[in-house]
Amino acid sequence: MTSQRVLTGEHFINGDEACTEGALAAGCNFFAGYPITPATEVAEAMSRRLPKLDGTYVQMEDEIASIAAVLGAAWGGAKSMTSTSGPGFSLMMENIGLGVITETPCVVVNIQRGGPSTGLPTTCGQGDIMQARWGSHGHYEIIAISPSSPQEMFDFTIRAFNLAETFRIPVLIMADEVVGHTLERVTIPPAEKIKVVNRKKPSKPPEKYLPYKTDSSLIPVLPDAGDGYKIHMTGLTHDERGYPVPDAQTQEVLITRLINKIRNNRDAIIDYEKHFLDGAKIIIVTYGSSVRPALKAMRDLRDDGLKVGLLKLNTIWPFAEDLIRKLAKKVKAFVVPEVNFGQIALEVERCASGQALTKLIHHAGGGIHTPQQITNAVQKILPEIGSKRKRK
Amino acid sequence: MKPKASKKTARRSAAKHPPEKHPKDELLRKDRIPHIWCPGCGIGSAFSSCITALKKTGINYDRLAVVSGIGCTGRVAGYLNLDSFHTTHGRAIPFATGLKLAKPEMNVFVFSGEGDLFSIGGNHFLHAARKNINISVICVNNMNYGMTGGQVSANTPTGARTSTTPYGNSEVPLNLPSLAAACGAVYVARWLSLDVRRLAESILEALLKPGFSFVEVLAPCPTAFGRRNRLGSALDMIKLYQKNSVIKNGVHPDETVIEEGKKMVLGKFIDTERPTFLERLAKTSELKSTAWPKKEVAEQR
Amino acid sequence: MKMWRKPLDLGEKLLPPAEIHIIESRCKGCGLCVEFCPRGVLKMSDKFNRKGYHPPVVEESTACVGCHFCEEVCPEFAIFCDHSYDL
Repeated sequence: MTSQRVLTGEHFINGDEACTEGALAAGCNFFAGYPITPATEVAEAMSRRLPKLDGTYVQMEDEIASIAAVLGAAWGGAKSMTSTSGPGFSLMMENIGLGVITETPCVVVNIQRGGPSTGLPTTCGQGDIMQARWGSHGHYEIIAISPSSPQEMFDFTIRAFNLAETFRIPVLIMADEVVGHTLERVTIPPAEKIKVVNRKKPSKPPEKYLPYKTDSSLIPVLPDAGDGYKIHMTGLTHDERGYPVPDAQTQEVLITRLINKIRNNRDAIIDYEKHFLDGAKIIIVTYGSSVRPALKAMRDLRDDGLKVGLLKLNTIWPFAEDLIRKLAKKVKAFVVPEVNFGQIALEVERCASGQALTKLIHHAGGGIHTPQQITNAVQKILPEIGSKRKRK
Repeated sequence: MKPKASKKTARRSAAKHPPEKHPKDELLRKDRIPHIWCPGCGIGSAFSSCITALKKTGINYDRLAVVSGIGCTGRVAGYLNLDSFHTTHGRAIPFATGLKLAKPEMNVFVFSGEGDLFSIGGNHFLHAARKNINISVICVNNMNYGMTGGQVSANTPTGARTSTTPYGNSEVPLNLPSLAAACGAVYVARWLSLDVRRLAESILEALLKPGFSFVEVLAPCPTAFGRRNRLGSALDMIKLYQKNSVIKNGVHPDETVIEEGKKMVLGKFIDTERPTFLERLAKTSELKSTAWPKKEVAEQR
Repeated sequence: MKMWRKPLDLGEKLLPPAEIHIIESRCKGCGLCVEFCPRGVLKMSDKFNRKGYHPPVVEESTACVGCHFCEEVCPEFAIFCDHSYDL
């Protein structure tokens, strides 16, 4: 096994392994996980690669311990990651909340599968999207990324680490079993071409330093354990010193800052790809493994003369509200194929505010849509939006 | 009233310790003192012993980190002037594991309560001890969930009253030293919160010892547990514990069970050596063939 | 202090007393220092500190040998001994 961190070159690997390679290219040096289909390959690849790179791989006793160890390692200065699927994701929720309130950078990968409960362990699902947003108790904002191919698993994992280090928050990678298990060509560029962001460290001496006092970016600059600052981190609502203060005023100040830290910076976080949106009357909004059949469906519908465009969401949280609101004024309908019974569709509908029809193409899980299913669904809504099916 | 001292000694004393500065203040977050614990709470004495031990280790305070959980004992992290982490309920040990493995040069210890470490956190204790992660775990056992008002926990004695066992506890408590030893801890000791010197010595030994060390501290909880079981004030309770305990160093941990009619056994029970998690990990390449069970053993009569 | 073996120079050597400092504002009146001082140096006072507790006072200052037990057992870091000579 190589001790080279960035395996520059062409590879034929699946999405899980590509995710591992992306993490390593971003500087990941700590992984704590627990086996769960379909995310196990991420852990297995990490267990092979990390020891040769002087990193630490440890298999913990459950997912709760995994996310705890990941946060603990991040406090010590490591770039840490864990990977799981639905059942483990549910277990991790409490500690993800701790990561949010202590503002700890780390990456959590969820290779979604059919749910709820044990569900369909070996096949696709996209049912955890809302859970990624609201899964932990209390009100907070989160960053979630949705790769749609093994190449994007590599690229987006690097971005996830960079976002975590910049915004000091756990970043969720919401992949799914199809993306995770697809074997495809992945191109890994030379290490010099990969942009890696590291967390800022405090410049003030300990006596003059307040851990959670921020500038206008609202992002704190926190030291690592052992840097000599003797910080106190707690899950209790805390003030600028990091000490617990149990009152409404402190809560207002802290939670407002945590929420605005993401909301105010959403332009730097939100990422999407536009396909033929100009002049489109119908826009397919899609993410994850639903992207490929949707792209084919879009091409087929356009060949048929329909003005159909596609919006590929590369980040799902924060949601691209501003863009949807803008597009809703120009289009007749949004069509949302997703492997659930309507999660991003709800967001699209909310932002469309009735100005455009929002049509969900659901899938209960266990696979993904076929392009035909998507084209049929679009054809069906044409009468509703007063569009006649044109023929070339 | 302060005793009348000669001018010379008064000047010398004032120079060494200006009036309101306690010798342990350097490890306390002074702006958080007085702490939230009740008068006479055993956690306070255990905390005091811990500070004595920390000073005696000679370790640079920047290299020490404490991780705690939720509960009265878990508040220790907020009062210790070290890198301190007050984490979620029951999970202090895996947080400490992550920190220690990412930064092995730090000396990481866990200071938390028995409900936090052994009820909700039991699984994590088991595996960290099994792996022999090089951390020390100091567990204050006040036999109930104190902070939430005194509910029954995995260490409540049989028959005791708590807010959720108003007719008496029908369950049997854990035997913590036995559990720790069975899971593979290399150092196991138990003292009363009153035994401040022996406790400080045990904590010191635990902190300096490589591997997973465990120190249990039996502490009175007068406000919750003591009140419901009519055990009196903190002073009454600790005197009762003192009378009902006996020191038996080196005894087998199975004999340290807490039950009716038996004195509580205190002492240092286990002090042994095993390779730590990281030591074993470093020697992975030297592991012999993994075919197990071995054929020649299976073929033995 | 009961000694079962008497030092030969017991009559000649005298232990100078240590000074006891009490940070009254921290005390919560638990009484552990008073109860467990091996020389009976302290007693609970009748005065109140600002939190309404009775802090201890030194009753018999010459009896203190500077064993630091009160300092170690106090849960509030409210009492400590200071030696007027270097040990």
